[in-house]
Amino acid sequence: MVPEGLLYSEDHEWIKVGGKTGRVGITHHAQEALGSVVFVELPEVGSRVAAGEALGVLESVKAASDYYSPVSGAVVAVNEELPDSPNLINEEPYDRGWLVELELDDPAQLDKLLTAEKYIELISADGK
Amino acid sequence: MRYVLNTGDDRREMLQIIGAGDIEDLFSDVPPEVRLKKPLNLPGPMSEPDLRRHMREISAENLNLDDYASFLGAGAYDHYVPQIVDQLLLRSEFYTAYTPYQPEISQGTLQAIFEYQSLICALTGMEVANASLYDGASALAEAALMACQHTGKKRVVYSGCIHPEYRLTVQTYLRYRGIELVEAPEAGGITDSQLLEGMVDSRTAAVIIQQPNFFGCLEDAPAAGELAHRSGALFIVMADPVSLGILKAPGDCGADIVVGEGQGLGNQISFGGPYLGFMACSQKLVRRMPGRLVGQTVDKEGRRCFALTLQAREQHIRRDKATSNICSNEAMCALAAAIHMTCLGKEGLRQVAGLSLQKAHYAHRLITSLKGVEPSFSAPFFKEFAVRLTEDPAAVNQRLLKDKIIGGLDLGRFYPGYSGHMLLCCTELRTGDEISRLAAGIGGMKND
Amino acid sequence: MTEPLIFELGAPGRSSSFMPECDVPVAPVEEMIPGGLLRRTPPPLPEVGEPEAARHFTRLSAYNHGVDTGFYPLGSCTMKYNPKINEFAARLPGFARLHPYQPEDQVQGALELIYRTGGYLGEITGMDHFTLQPAAGAHGEFTGLLIIKAYHDSRGDTGRRKVIVPDSSHGTNPATAALCGMEARQIKSNGRGLVDIDALRGALGEDTAAVMLTNPNTLGLFEKDITVIAGLVHRAGGLLYCDGANMNAILGITRPGDMGFDLIHLNLHKTFSTPHGGGGPGSGPLGVKSFLEPFLPTPVVAYSAEGGSYRLDCNRPLSIGRVRSFYGNFGVAVRAYTYIRAVGGEGMREISQNAVLNANYLLALLRGTYRAPFDRFCMHEFVATPPAGFKEAGLHTVDIAKRLMDYGYHPPTVYFPLIVEEALMVEPTETESRDTLDKFAEAMLKIAREGLEEPRLVKEAPHSTPVSRPDEVTAARKPVLRWQPAGGGGVV
Repeated sequence: MVPEGLLYSEDHEWIKVGGKTGRVGITHHAQEALGSVVFVELPEVGSRVAAGEALGVLESVKAASDYYSPVSGAVVAVNEELPDSPNLINEEPYDRGWLVELELDDPAQLDKLLTAEKYIELISADGK
Repeated sequence: MRYVLNTGDDRREMLQIIGAGDIEDLFSDVPPEVRLKKPLNLPGPMSEPDLRRHMREISAENLNLDDYASFLGAGAYDHYVPQIVDQLLLRSEFYTAYTPYQPEISQGTLQAIFEYQSLICALTGMEVANASLYDGASALAEAALMACQHTGKKRVVYSGCIHPEYRLTVQTYLRYRGIELVEAPEAGGITDSQLLEGMVDSRTAAVIIQQPNFFGCLEDAPAAGELAHRSGALFIVMADPVSLGILKAPGDCGADIVVGEGQGLGNQISFGGPYLGFMACSQKLVRRMPGRLVGQTVDKEGRRCFALTLQAREQHIRRDKATSNICSNEAMCALAAAIHMTCLGKEGLRQVAGLSLQKAHYAHRLITSLKGVEPSFSAPFFKEFAVRLTEDPAAVNQRLLKDKIIGGLDLGRFYPGYSGHMLLCCTELRTGDEISRLAAGIGGMKND
Repeated sequence: MTEPLIFELGAPGRSSSFMPECDVPVAPVEEMIPGGLLRRTPPPLPEVGEPEAARHFTRLSAYNHGVDTGFYPLGSCTMKYNPKINEFAARLPGFARLHPYQPEDQVQGALELIYRTGGYLGEITGMDHFTLQPAAGAHGEFTGLLIIKAYHDSRGDTGRRKVIVPDSSHGTNPATAALCGMEARQIKSNGRGLVDIDALRGALGEDTAAVMLTNPNTLGLFEKDITVIAGLVHRAGGLLYCDGANMNAILGITRPGDMGFDLIHLNLHKTFSTPHGGGGPGSGPLGVKSFLEPFLPTPVVAYSAEGGSYRLDCNRPLSIGRVRSFYGNFGVAVRAYTYIRAVGGEGMREISQNAVLNANYLLALLRGTYRAPFDRFCMHEFVATPPAGFKEAGLHTVDIAKRLMDYGYHPPTVYFPLIVEEALMVEPTETESRDTLDKFAEAMLKIAREGLEEPRLVKEAPHSTPVSRPDEVTAARKPVLRWQPAGGGGVV
C-alpha cells in the first residue's frame, strides 16, 4: 500500500509532483492509524505554507491530528469532495482522498523526501 | 467510617493476598518528610440523626423563600419547580452516573440530553444546542471566545445593560487573550443604540446584548442583530429562557449564538448554584462550540440510539487545541430543565411567561402610583422593573421583612448612578396579595 | 427495547401545566410588549401529561448504569457511593430556597457553611485559603492559572507564559493553559511512570509560569520526588499547581500543601461524595497558600470575630475578578460539607486507606493475567493492559470494556492516560466491598479466557444492554443533534 512514483514525508504525507505543482495526501498507513476520518479541516486556497508546517486537521471519532506540508508553497486547490465525504481518505488515500494541491516554491526540497522504498522501511521500523 | 465496607478480617486477608504486612506498607512511596504527623484537625464524625439536626440548624439560620415572598430577581428566579422534577432527579440511576462515555449503558442520560438539546433549540429558534455549561455568566464568556475564534477577530462589543456579574466574568475570561472588550453604555434602561452603532466596526467579532436586560427592559434585538451582521460580526443574545414563552425567539432576531442562565427552568434557586448555562448556535458554528454534544445514530442492529459526538473538539482529545477546557458540566440541571420544559409544554411555558408578565406589570402600576415613587425607565419590560424610591432601599427592605416580604435589589450596588433605585421581579409565584403588601410596604404603610 | 423521544409522545392539547389562574388584573399583552418582539406561535415543545412524562423519564433512567446500580471503577473519576443524607441536606428549604442577593444578615447559615467548608478543605489539603466559586475541576484549574498569572504580573514578572505538564496529565491541564492565554509544554514521563526530573529541569526557565501535577499521578503512582520537584520549580520562579483529582488516595496521609504545592483544586464530586449527576454539576474549589490569597476571585466569604458574623468581601483590588455568577455551586458544597461532618478527621484517613487497599487488592487479583506496566504498589487506582494473546486475536481494550457490561459492571476508564497503550484505568474506591472486588476480578479473568477461546463473544459485546455498540462514525460524519418533526429532515 505504498505506491511507487510518489514521494513521502516522515509525517506520513505523500506528494505527487507534476510540473510546478504537487498534490498532497496522507498515506494508507496514516489513515489506518487514525481510523475512520469524520471531519477534514482544509486550508484556504491562496494561503502559503512552509515545509513541515500544519496544513489542517483530520478528525476521527476519538482522535484529531494535524497533517503537514511536505514542501513549501502556496495552496492552489483543495479537495472539495472531502467535507461531504471524509471517508474517501480511508477508502482511496492516494486517489480521491487527496487533500491539497500546492504550487512548489523550491523543487529542490523534494530531494529531502523519501522514496516508496525508504518509506516502507520507515513504517516497518515503526511497527517494531 | 460508615461508608466503608471492609471489616477488620477483610483487611487482614486482603493485605495477605497483596503481600503487604500492614496498610501503611501500601503508602511506602510517600516520603516520610511529607507524611502527616498528626490527625486532621476536623470535627469528629456525626451520627445520622445528629447530622440531620445539625444541618437543619444551620439551614434555619437563613430566611428561606418558602417562608418569605421574594421580589428579588437579577439572574436568579423564584419560578415554580414542579414536584415531578425533583422526584425524577432523585432516580439514582440518573444522579449516580457519570458522563455517558459508554453509550450502551448510558442511554438514559444520553437520550435525556438529546431531548434537552432539542428543547433548547425549539425555545431559542437555533439549530444546535450543547449539553450545558456551568452557568449563564461562563456561557456568555465562552460565546465571546467562540465568536473571536470563528471570525478571527479580536474585538467584542457588549451592552452595559448585561448583568454586571456576567460582564465581570467575560472580562476575566478575556483578560489574557488579547481581545478588546468594548462596552456600549446604558441610556434609559436599555443599550444606547447610537453609541452602540458607533462602536461596531469591521474589526468586531461579536455584538452582545441581553434580552430582557439586567433592568428587565426589552432591547431592540432585531436592530442590534442587523447592526452586527452589517459589519460582519456575530450576534450573541443572552436570553431568559422563561421569557421565550412569549418573546420572539433569538433565532428569529438574527442571533448566531444564544446563551443564557437556565436556572428558571426547573432548577432550585439554591443561593446561586448549581445553575445551568445553556448555549445554542447556528449549524455553521458547531465545530467551534465548547462542551459536550449528544448525537443520534444507530446501533449494530439498526436501532436508534444516542452517543457523545464531535468529541474531537474537546479537551480529552484535543488538549491545548480544544475549543474549551470544560469537562464536567451541569447535566443534572439540564435534565431538570428538560423535565420542566416537557411538563410545561407548549402552552405551559406561555402561561408561566404570561403570568410573570402580568404580575410584574400589575406590581409596576401599583408601585409607581405611590406618592414619590417613580419608574426608573419607560422602556417596555418583561418580569422585572426598576423604581426610584424616596428612601434608602435597605430601609424599605427592612420594613418589608417584618411583613415576611423580601424586597428588591438596590441598583446602587452595581450602578452607582442608580443608587436609591430598586429592581423588582415578579414570577408567576407572586400572588396578588403579596404584591399588594409589597406596594403597601414600599409606600410606608404597615400591613396587618 | 428503546424508548420513544418525548416529542413522539403525547397528543395536541395535552399538558401537565400546574399554573394557577391569574389573580391580578390583566392587561393586553400587546400593550406591554412591542409587536416586533412578540412570539407569534408558541415554541414547539412537547404536549404530554404528567403521567406520561413520569413514565418516560423513569424508563430512561432504567437504561443507565449508576453507582447505585453496580460497580463503577472508572479511573480518575472516583465513583464512590453518594450518601443519601447529602441529598436531604441540599434540599432543606434553608439551603435550596435561598436567593443569592438576599442581604447578608438573612443568609448567615449559608455563608457560614461556605466559610467552614473552605476551612475544612484547607485542613485536609494543607492550604491556607479556599474559594468555592469554581463550578468544576477544570474551572478550578482556570481560576488557579489566572491567579498564577496575576501573581507573576504583580511582581513585574510578565514574561512567564509556559505551563509545564507531564504527558500523563489530564486533557484539561493543557486546555486550561490555552484558555488562559498561556502555552502548555508537555514533558515525558520516565520509565517508572513518574516525572522525569531531567526533562523537568530542561523545561524550567524564566518563561515558566507553573508546573501542573497530579499526585498521585494518573497512573495511580505517587510522585516520590515531589519535594525535589517543588524545589526545582520554585527555584526557577514558577509555581506548583496540584490537580486534586486524585485526592481520594491521600486524605489524612499527606497534604499537597506540605509537599510544596502552592495551589490545588479539588473535585467535590470525586473525593467528597457529591453525585456526578450524569456529567455534572460538580464543584472545583481552589485552595491557595496565603501569598496568593489577595488574588482569589471575588467575592470571598469573610468572618468578623467582633460582630460574630459572616460577610461577602468584594473589595479586593488584586483579585482576578469573577469567574462566574454568584458564589459557586452552593448546593454541591452543602453535600460535601454534610459528608465531611459525617466522616470526621479519622474517617478521612480510613477512606484513603481503604481506597488504596481496594485498588491494590484488585491489582493483585488481576496481575499475572492482565499486564501491569509498573510493578509496585499502586495508590487508589492502577493502570493495566489486555492479557497476552488479545492483540493477536484482534481484541482491544475497548472490547474488554464492552464485555464487562454483560457482567453488570461499568468499565474502567479506557485509553487514558495516553502514555500507556491500550490502557485500562481501574479505580475501585473505598465504598466497595471485598466481595464485589472478587466478583469483578472473576469477570475480568473470565473475559481473559473468553478472548482466547471465543474472541467473537468479546469482539461483539455487549450482548445484554438496551442497545449494542453505536455507529459513532456516522454520528460524527452526519451529526443529528436535535429532534425535528417528520419532514424536517432530521439532520441539522
